[in-house]
Amino acid sequence: MATAQTIEFREPASRVAEGAKSLMPAPAPSPVGDDGDLVGEKMVLNMGPSHPSTHGVLRIVLELDGEIITKATPDVGYLHRGDEKIAENMTYTQFIPYTDRLDYLAPLANNVAYAMAVEKLLGIEKQLPPRCHYIRVICCEMARISAHLLGLGAFAMDIGALTVFLHTFTEREKIYSLIERLTGARFTTSYTRIGGLSRDLPPGWADALRKFCDEVEVNFAESETLLTRNRIFVDRTRNVGIISGADAIDYGLTGPNLRGSGVDYDVRKAHPYLVYGELDFEVPVGSVGDSYDRYLVRMEEMRQSVRIIRQCLDRLPGGGDNESKEPINVPDGKVVLPAKDKVLTSMEELIHQFMLVTQGVNAPPGEVYFGAENPKGELGFYINSRGGGTPYRLKIRAPSFCNLSILPHVLPGHMMSDVVSILGSIDFVMGECDR
Amino acid sequence: MASAELANQLKAKFGDLLSTPSEFRGEVTLKLADTEHIAEVCEFAKKSLSYDMLLDITSIDNYGEDPRWTLVYELYGTGHGCHLRIKTEVSEEKSESPTVTGVWRGADWHEREIYDMMGIRFAGHPDLRRILMWDGYPYFPLRKDFPMAGKPTDLPDVAFTKPAPLEGGPFVTLPGAKDSIAREPRVRVPEH
Repeated sequence: MATAQTIEFREPASRVAEGAKSLMPAPAPSPVGDDGDLVGEKMVLNMGPSHPSTHGVLRIVLELDGEIITKATPDVGYLHRGDEKIAENMTYTQFIPYTDRLDYLAPLANNVAYAMAVEKLLGIEKQLPPRCHYIRVICCEMARISAHLLGLGAFAMDIGALTVFLHTFTEREKIYSLIERLTGARFTTSYTRIGGLSRDLPPGWADALRKFCDEVEVNFAESETLLTRNRIFVDRTRNVGIISGADAIDYGLTGPNLRGSGVDYDVRKAHPYLVYGELDFEVPVGSVGDSYDRYLVRMEEMRQSVRIIRQCLDRLPGGGDNESKEPINVPDGKVVLPAKDKVLTSMEELIHQFMLVTQGVNAPPGEVYFGAENPKGELGFYINSRGGGTPYRLKIRAPSFCNLSILPHVLPGHMMSDVVSILGSIDFVMGECDR
Repeated sequence: MASAELANQLKAKFGDLLSTPSEFRGEVTLKLADTEHIAEVCEFAKKSLSYDMLLDITSIDNYGEDPRWTLVYELYGTGHGCHLRIKTEVSEEKSESPTVTGVWRGADWHEREIYDMMGIRFAGHPDLRRILMWDGYPYFPLRKDFPMAGKPTDLPDVAFTKPAPLEGGPFVTLPGAKDSIAREPRVRVPEH
């Protein structure tokens, strides 16, 4: 049966070394310093790609002088799946499930951002019914709370406060139950459609969300008592990883990381999309730009999100159970799939259904950029269309990618143990960074 | 429109190098005729028109057309809140454009990504290496002539250095074959 086989060894070790050579810094100069004293030899330490505090598959090559970092070289791309290439080969609607897998801690917010970008290209964003707007805002803010809860929990856990993680995960579980009732999936929601939503709110869901809002606020207070004045937490985050406002802008940081550095830029306020312009909420801004400020900004953002959700629930046209049958989709059969009973009885709807499924929406030639305020920062979609149902080029401006690019600037000079605190406070997702 | 005003100021400074601003869905786009001036234009946009943030750089492969590459710079000013898009074209023979890392340090990774995915080089970039694919990867996957299914490559086969305990068994992946399909146990003809 089994035959002996010759195995070709292609010297993997030397190949890997060859590849890693470019990442490694040049060897340290002679161990004797200018003043004749012996200086310590620099050590190169590889952190990741599988390390608890790199939250996924980030690899950082650190050059250490004792415990002080002298150079940091991040290495990303371990989770690259070619999303942009994939997008060029399918219709706009078919790409929605792929957006779940960008920032996989806030899939609902990605769905909304992508749908808004395509709607901007189609020029139909003004036609969206108000109920759709409000539901989308609720989705975005739920995603924000869920992403920040995980971000804070993991951040605190990385620097030794394990309890917070258990607290925040309790609430996150409730959000996932709500999302499951809403979309049918806990994680891979694919909730939006071009020109609307896949379904309306299920009966009684709005009341469950109200109840959740009350509960989660108690939880914020609990988490805050565990962290904000916790001596160990403050010592490990205060004045650690300071990013000045100018640097943050220069590196293209967005989201809580930019606001933690004192720059008051929030896409929801600067360029209000959906109904953010009508809602009453504050944008928290840090003062120093250290890890502690970024933590405080996220903490407050969650409270503001709860505020936004409450306002949306109060103003939701048609109410929670939509008794007045408010529409949730654009009334255009060429954009949104027609109702099934119409498809089976009416010629025109049948044609629309057929065209939408086989060829997708007929987008005009042109190019748009749409940026949305996602939990991690500004998630932008640049769509270049040459007409038809497929983008010619779709570029994803991933906030985590830009946020991580500041690491070589911010890490040097810190202690080895501060890396964990800085990474936790920058709160990135590799699924989005590597795309 | 404030974006249009700023675009006109940029146009006034550089004259014929820039096209007249065009508008689509409320977004202003300027086309730069010669890619060699991209750094100057960006420098002016940052210093004098306070476009202090570079949101994104995109590359487009206009396969079958000349020039083949388009670079798209997405600028934003946090002070005035206006966007601006600058586009420039690069020919396939040249495949090189000046870097804007000197203007915004955030351009570093964006340019590396374009080099990695499209193969356009950036002259003067401090550290132009692949970023998403591994070093030594031979192709540029976002080019239109790169197939969707991918091409087999020499991924360092670290996972296949030692014979597996069930080596040669019916359900064991074969090491050393030239691509992952040939390593699959299903492609082997069963012996009777």
